[in-house]
Amino acid sequence: MNFPILSAMTFTPLLGMVLILLLRKEQKNAARFLAGVFSFIPLILSFMLLSKYDGSTSQLQFVERFDWIPSLGVTYFMGADGLSVPMLFLTALLCFVAVIYSFGDIKERVKQYFAFLLLLEVGLMGVFAALDFFLFYIFWEIVLVPMYFLIGIWGHGRKEYSAIKFFLYTLFGSLFMLVGILALYFTVEPHTLDMMVLIEKAPQLTRGFQLIIFLAFYIAFAVKVPVFPFHTWLPDAHVDAPTAVSVILAGILLKMGVYGFLRISYPMFPEGAIYFALPIGILALINIVYGALVCMAQKDLKKMIAYSSVSHMGYCMLGIAAITVTGISGCVFQMVSHGLITGALFLLVGVLYERAHTRDIGAFGGLWIKLPVYSGIMTLFCLGSLGLPGLSGFVSEFMVFIGSYPSFKVIVPLAVTGVVITAAYFLRMIQRMFLGTFNTKWEVLTEINGREIFTVTPLAILMIGIGVYPAPLVNMIKATMENIVRLVSG
Amino acid sequence: MLPYSWIIPLFPLISFVAIVFFTNRKPKLSSLVSIGAICLSFLFSLIVLGMVLKNPVTSEFKFTWIDLLGLKVQMGMLIDPLAAVMLLVVSTVSMLVHIYSVGYMEGDPRFSRFFSFLSLFSFSMLGLVIANNFFEIFIFWELVGLTSYLLIGFWFEKKVAADAGKKAFITTRTGDLGFIIGILILTTAAGTFNFTEIFHQVEAGHVSAGLLTLSAIFLFGGAVGKSAQFPLHVWLPDAMEGPTPVSALIHAATMVAAGVYLVARTITIYLAAPDAALVVASIGCFTAFLAASIGLVQNDIKRVLAYSTISQLGYMIMVLGLGGMTAGIFHLYTHAFFKALLFLGAGSVIHAIHTNDIWEMGGLYPKMKTTAITFIIASLSISGIFPLSGFWSKDEILAVASHYPNPIFLIVGILVAGMTSFYMFRLCFVTFFGKPRDQHKFEHAHESPKVMTIPLMILAFLAVFAGWVGIPWLKHGFSSFVYHHHPHHVEPDFLLMLISTIVALSGIYLAYAMYYKKSISPEKLKEKFAFPYKVLYNKYYFDELYHAIIVNPLLRLCDRLFVKFDLGVIDWLVNAVGNFTVFLSDIKEWFDSHIVDGMVNGTAYVTRGVGSGLRKVQTGQVQTYAFVIFFGLVLIILFKLG
Repeated sequence: MNFPILSAMTFTPLLGMVLILLLRKEQKNAARFLAGVFSFIPLILSFMLLSKYDGSTSQLQFVERFDWIPSLGVTYFMGADGLSVPMLFLTALLCFVAVIYSFGDIKERVKQYFAFLLLLEVGLMGVFAALDFFLFYIFWEIVLVPMYFLIGIWGHGRKEYSAIKFFLYTLFGSLFMLVGILALYFTVEPHTLDMMVLIEKAPQLTRGFQLIIFLAFYIAFAVKVPVFPFHTWLPDAHVDAPTAVSVILAGILLKMGVYGFLRISYPMFPEGAIYFALPIGILALINIVYGALVCMAQKDLKKMIAYSSVSHMGYCMLGIAAITVTGISGCVFQMVSHGLITGALFLLVGVLYERAHTRDIGAFGGLWIKLPVYSGIMTLFCLGSLGLPGLSGFVSEFMVFIGSYPSFKVIVPLAVTGVVITAAYFLRMIQRMFLGTFNTKWEVLTEINGREIFTVTPLAILMIGIGVYPAPLVNMIKATMENIVRLVSG
Repeated sequence: MLPYSWIIPLFPLISFVAIVFFTNRKPKLSSLVSIGAICLSFLFSLIVLGMVLKNPVTSEFKFTWIDLLGLKVQMGMLIDPLAAVMLLVVSTVSMLVHIYSVGYMEGDPRFSRFFSFLSLFSFSMLGLVIANNFFEIFIFWELVGLTSYLLIGFWFEKKVAADAGKKAFITTRTGDLGFIIGILILTTAAGTFNFTEIFHQVEAGHVSAGLLTLSAIFLFGGAVGKSAQFPLHVWLPDAMEGPTPVSALIHAATMVAAGVYLVARTITIYLAAPDAALVVASIGCFTAFLAASIGLVQNDIKRVLAYSTISQLGYMIMVLGLGGMTAGIFHLYTHAFFKALLFLGAGSVIHAIHTNDIWEMGGLYPKMKTTAITFIIASLSISGIFPLSGFWSKDEILAVASHYPNPIFLIVGILVAGMTSFYMFRLCFVTFFGKPRDQHKFEHAHESPKVMTIPLMILAFLAVFAGWVGIPWLKHGFSSFVYHHHPHHVEPDFLLMLISTIVALSGIYLAYAMYYKKSISPEKLKEKFAFPYKVLYNKYYFDELYHAIIVNPLLRLCDRLFVKFDLGVIDWLVNAVGNFTVFLSDIKEWFDSHIVDGMVNGTAYVTRGVGSGLRKVQTGQVQTYAFVIFFGLVLIILFKLG
């Protein structure tokens, strides 16, 4: 038995949470310190994961497996492949960044806040590591609880409304998943919840059954992504959540949906994947273009970035829909890239909001004169988001386009228009906030501080790194993506 | 050396990084770093050109960047005569502009930043010309677009400058839409991104004619955006809001020529798709005329030059569409020098009197002799006066056009030549001769410092002699170096040379008569042709048109989509479901509390009522029992008796 690295990554934050709960309410700095340490350990472990992971094979690695509830066929089963390793790393990184960022802007109920944040990390890690449906579903639902409280207690604006909307919306989706899981469990002989076994057996089920269960899972995951028209929880939740939570929402939570498609829906129900390819592609196109158009109408900076996520997750769905190695690799690349870029953008919005207490794009102007470093960093990430070559977003968008063009000769050229609209709304925002004459009302603003720069630096380095030389990431996911495509299209 | 050509773009990249992270606070050092880097690039470009001249073969060097099923990209370099010439053009102009900028930008608070952007631009542009595949060329293509955006909006406090940068980026990206789609179509059909491999497949007929035409037209979209061809030409005149050295380097000599370079690089595709080539030629021809006609009446010195650039780029695009790859690149090469010179000269004037309006200039010749003389040399060159550079390249374009069956290209070509010499000498006469119109500005006018005038002189030298490498009598001239498959030898056509010279001289004479001798009154002409003048002066109302039919409706659509649809329909539905659920639970609560609970409580009430009633029966008190017995007995007795 090797070192159980996946369990360690998943449960270290839980240990941290318990320790934080043991503190007294006044020990704010101790809570911060513990949260920092216990989110840093998974990050270190994730580096080990990256270095030990062998990308030449699609075999599961770091497997941990014990019987748990034998009478039901439930096992404690964790493992990682080219799909989950990048997600686990992203989770560890963004959670750490979120914790460090929260040192500054969370001043109320600090102890509870960090306890919830660490619990959230447990759920997220678990979702990406679990390979038994029972375990997966538990982690999937664990995520909801801390998220609900984090938005509802530490949020802004209509935070209760947003928290409830988020919770119910996702719960509504998970119910469909639960039905799907149960239907699968009782149909497959012998009854099992082992995902790897199901990936082998479920494709042999009847076509009609596959289509129905595919749809059930589709709803569950589409709410999470979110796919149009299930997307309206996203802007509310993202905007009203505290900064660090928005980072995790956009950076990781949305990826749970896409991950679900690639881990569960596509390999298990290839008939559904092939049958629904066109509608999924069309919805992806709507996400891309509609999301981008709606961005243009936003006056609130955070809301604009929230809607840009709707648009950018459309690229993921477009890449999946085509079922080609390049398209799906582009999708995973986009998940990582979007996590880095949008995560950073939310952090930077938080930096400004903390100082100016407004996010109204029109209220600023000429900030570059007063805040050159902040404006420069913000512009860099906006350029990343609009797909500038040399940065990661470009690589993923291009991979998605190239991968899905052979299947969708009309949809893809239409989706390319999203690239122009994205450029338009980002440049418009940059121009209105940072360029032009300086609005002297903001003379009091202070430049981005060291801690804040520290939080976005790793994200910037990675964004540039994989944008300039994508081979390491591509090689890591390649074998697994080939395997998924082989499972789906035979 | 050739395998190490990547070092040419690397120097400016290093300089960019160094300035951003280390020398940002030291303007002098920043400019030295930047100039040093570009000088090295220039030196190495010369060496590369020398080697390619000696041995004119195509060499390719590549490494794998992404390797996936269905997507294999090998980044690398393609060094052939075309690339070698472009390297030299870009590095030469860039180097001179760098030096000139030291004087022009002196005292600017963001001096270091300016040089870092120049370096970034040089890196991207040099990278663009040595790219060996579509993926790579697109990357650099976008990067030059970015630096163009950053430099147009360099003085971002001015709203017009910030607006112009945004407009440039978005307009060119609209063209890139076509570029991306073209790449998708072509590379999907050919199964590779590599230029050489794609061209082989195209020539072997492995790509169907329909797809080829389609992809060629879409690819051309990218060139239309970048090279500011109709209908996407509107960004370039606005781009003049950037500092003048930037206009010279990016928006005259190099970046805007990237579209021309793209078509030349992929000329194989256009030769195999004659319909697409005809589209290219027609757009180029139309743009050449359109822009030249607007240039006739503009009053901003830089905008006249901008329209001139658009028009000249149209020339190049046209001749490429007609299959004259050599002629197109030859004109690109000569144009880079004389147009950069014109802009730098204009910059020198603006630097001296702080205005762009030619009607506030006048009589500057005695005060700024070097600027004036070099500017006039460049004007003669662009007008195509024997024996300056422009004469040879323009003549070659006309010669190619004259071989095309339809004479329209030749006629428009000659017409544009006449218009060009007119508007150029209109500038010369109004700016440098006559009486000073603004006495105050005139008195403060002075010749620019040496650091600015020396680049002007070098460029003037090139504007005269650079074209001599393409004199048609030369055995081993330009046309036997840069060509597609077979050296393209145009026989010198003396009649054509004569006609074009006469046309050019008439343009100059007309300008002389109107703006120097004043024997023809421009005011009267203006009154006589009031309507055409107004249309030209307002640039055919393209900006207004685009705003009315694209920009504003799009913004309205976005607003409507968000407010009416996203909030009004989808979110309304979500909330409606939520509220309906709450309503249902309210009903249920009422039902619970009134009916269900009512029944439960009712049962309890009844039970309790009954219980408490019955309790009275069994109180356990003897007196009560005795009373009841007694009372019962009385009742029985009364009953019996009754």
